[in-house]
Amino acid sequence: MIRFLSRRAVSAVLTLIAISMIMFVLFYVAPNDPARTIAGVQATNAQVELVRERLGLDLPVIERYFLYMGGLLRGDLGYSFYNQQPVLDSILQRLPETASIAIGGLTMALLIGVLVGIGAARRPGSLRDRISTVFVLSGLSVPTFVVGLLLLYIFFFRLTVAGFPIFPAAGYVEFTENPWEWARHLILPWITVGFVSAATYARLTRSQLAGVLGEDYIRTARAKGLSDGSVVYKHGMRSALTPVVTQVSLDIAVLMGGLVVTERIFGINGIGSLAIESVNRGDQPVIIGTMLLASLFVVISSIVVDIAYALLDSRVRVK
Amino acid sequence: MSTPNAVDPRVEAELDEEAEALEADAVSGLTRQTAVAARSPMQLVWSRLRRDRVAIASAVVILLVIVGALTAPLIAAWIGHGPNEQFREEGLTEFGTPVAPNSQFLLGTDNLGRDVLVRLVYGAQISLTVAFFATLGALGIGTLVGLVAGFLRGPVDTVLTWLMDTTLSLPQLLFAISLVALVGPSLTTTIIVIVLFSWAPIARVVRGQVLSLREREFVEAARSLGASNWRIMRVDVIPNLLVPILVYGTLLIPQAIVFEATLSFLGLGVLPPTATWGNMLAVASQGSLYTIAPWLVIFPSAALLAVTLAFNLLGDSIRDALDPRQTLFAGRRRLARRRSAKRAARKEAKA
Repeated sequence: MIRFLSRRAVSAVLTLIAISMIMFVLFYVAPNDPARTIAGVQATNAQVELVRERLGLDLPVIERYFLYMGGLLRGDLGYSFYNQQPVLDSILQRLPETASIAIGGLTMALLIGVLVGIGAARRPGSLRDRISTVFVLSGLSVPTFVVGLLLLYIFFFRLTVAGFPIFPAAGYVEFTENPWEWARHLILPWITVGFVSAATYARLTRSQLAGVLGEDYIRTARAKGLSDGSVVYKHGMRSALTPVVTQVSLDIAVLMGGLVVTERIFGINGIGSLAIESVNRGDQPVIIGTMLLASLFVVISSIVVDIAYALLDSRVRVK
Repeated sequence: MSTPNAVDPRVEAELDEEAEALEADAVSGLTRQTAVAARSPMQLVWSRLRRDRVAIASAVVILLVIVGALTAPLIAAWIGHGPNEQFREEGLTEFGTPVAPNSQFLLGTDNLGRDVLVRLVYGAQISLTVAFFATLGALGIGTLVGLVAGFLRGPVDTVLTWLMDTTLSLPQLLFAISLVALVGPSLTTTIIVIVLFSWAPIARVVRGQVLSLREREFVEAARSLGASNWRIMRVDVIPNLLVPILVYGTLLIPQAIVFEATLSFLGLGVLPPTATWGNMLAVASQGSLYTIAPWLVIFPSAALLAVTLAFNLLGDSIRDALDPRQTLFAGRRRLARRRSAKRAARKEAKA
């Protein structure tokens, strides 16, 4: 177990170093000139030089790389070109909103996906199974932003016009302020983020569970006279769920992409919105900071899932 | 005892004679039995595909969209509206809002009084172009990387596999956004970005296939004949990879279309005024325009859904046709058959 963990950690660190190097090369050594961008089109050469010095862009590349990496190790992601705020602060400031959508969306995806998958696997060939197939295919085909726009149109606009203002279109309320309002504002974003992943989980759960339900030990369980529910949930799901857990780790990166789009549609000021804003402003430190934190998050969560998986299934550890 | 299948030459001669005799007095087209023709694997696949109604329907949808995209200038000329032409008089209401679908604008107009139908067919051009080149690029790179990694093994494999895993674990859209920020949005950038994030799954699949292929006898035979690695890969391994490549290629197309639409929606793909489905939807979401002009959401969404769904269904059907043992729904069909047989038996018992 310790060997497995350490190998996993080493590869994670390598990945992060590679990503930070790529980021550095792309953004700081690339031929475009951030100093020129920040100083503005009308700035004189002297002004551009001043900006360059202030940002430390006049130092040799190697020195800059070590300064940058040293900063990273200390948790210093630099300062925004745009408003001179520390990058880490402006990201952390927006974390609650993004985290709220992400956690809710993932829960929604797992809940809907696994339940649909179970329903389909219990009665293969039934109407329920066919409906779930349609659900899976549409989920795999539809872009996140189309889901968001359609949800907004139907559940916000149509319902509000019809006199049921149940779902608001945009905005965010702190959980600590009012948990009910928090959930009410986030339910459409959750469905939007979760829909695409839900389809993946439904497909996976269905195929896994359908396979497991054909096993001998399931027949034994049924022959013992156990209820159908207890056979499916206790005996069947235990072994069918492990691949779903693996899928979660692969899915987190996809989910993040969904977050960017969802935040944009529902007007939520999270990290995704921050990324797009800073791209439009050419605010490189913030872009890099966002990417690095996102990658860090993906890498860490994939390690956590791997550990969970290794605990569930001892064969993984040996591999 | 001789081999049971061998036919005595004399009997064969008799058979021939008989056949000739039969042929002589056969009423044409009536009793004549057609010879059993051998069918190649490709013909079998084709016949399975043709029997698959879903596959045919998907192919029809895709063909319609391709025809629409190709004839976009003709459609525009026939309707008399350019894709970027603004009709400020007829195309906008007195309040400056879009006009709903009517006889002049079949699918309505957008915020600038442009014809949605014409923009939709021009948008199809972008979607299909991006999908085609991005898929081609991703397949090329993915196959090459997977082939080299799986065939050479050793440190090359370790590095390339690590590269695949890293690419797969990156938050793609965020990275795509930052790359676009660096080089500036355009059609070429969009295609390159999509290729950059789509090759890894292909490479992984190809590598897995190659790992088992390289242990096969025909590879050993080629090697013992003195063939170089490169020659073995080219002549012996690649032809065996065509099936997975074809299947994954079909499934990659809808992903590329969605990726492009998402980038365009965020304003980081193909830039306005060029019409794409993504930026048409972006227009609809600006300032909640969809509340007064739902057709701006409905038609581009429907187009996107129809195309991606058609490609996904076709990809599934092609996979089923190529490998009928591994269908996702084979178990389901079998179960349904068994159940209906049971029902019939029960009915019989009652009767």
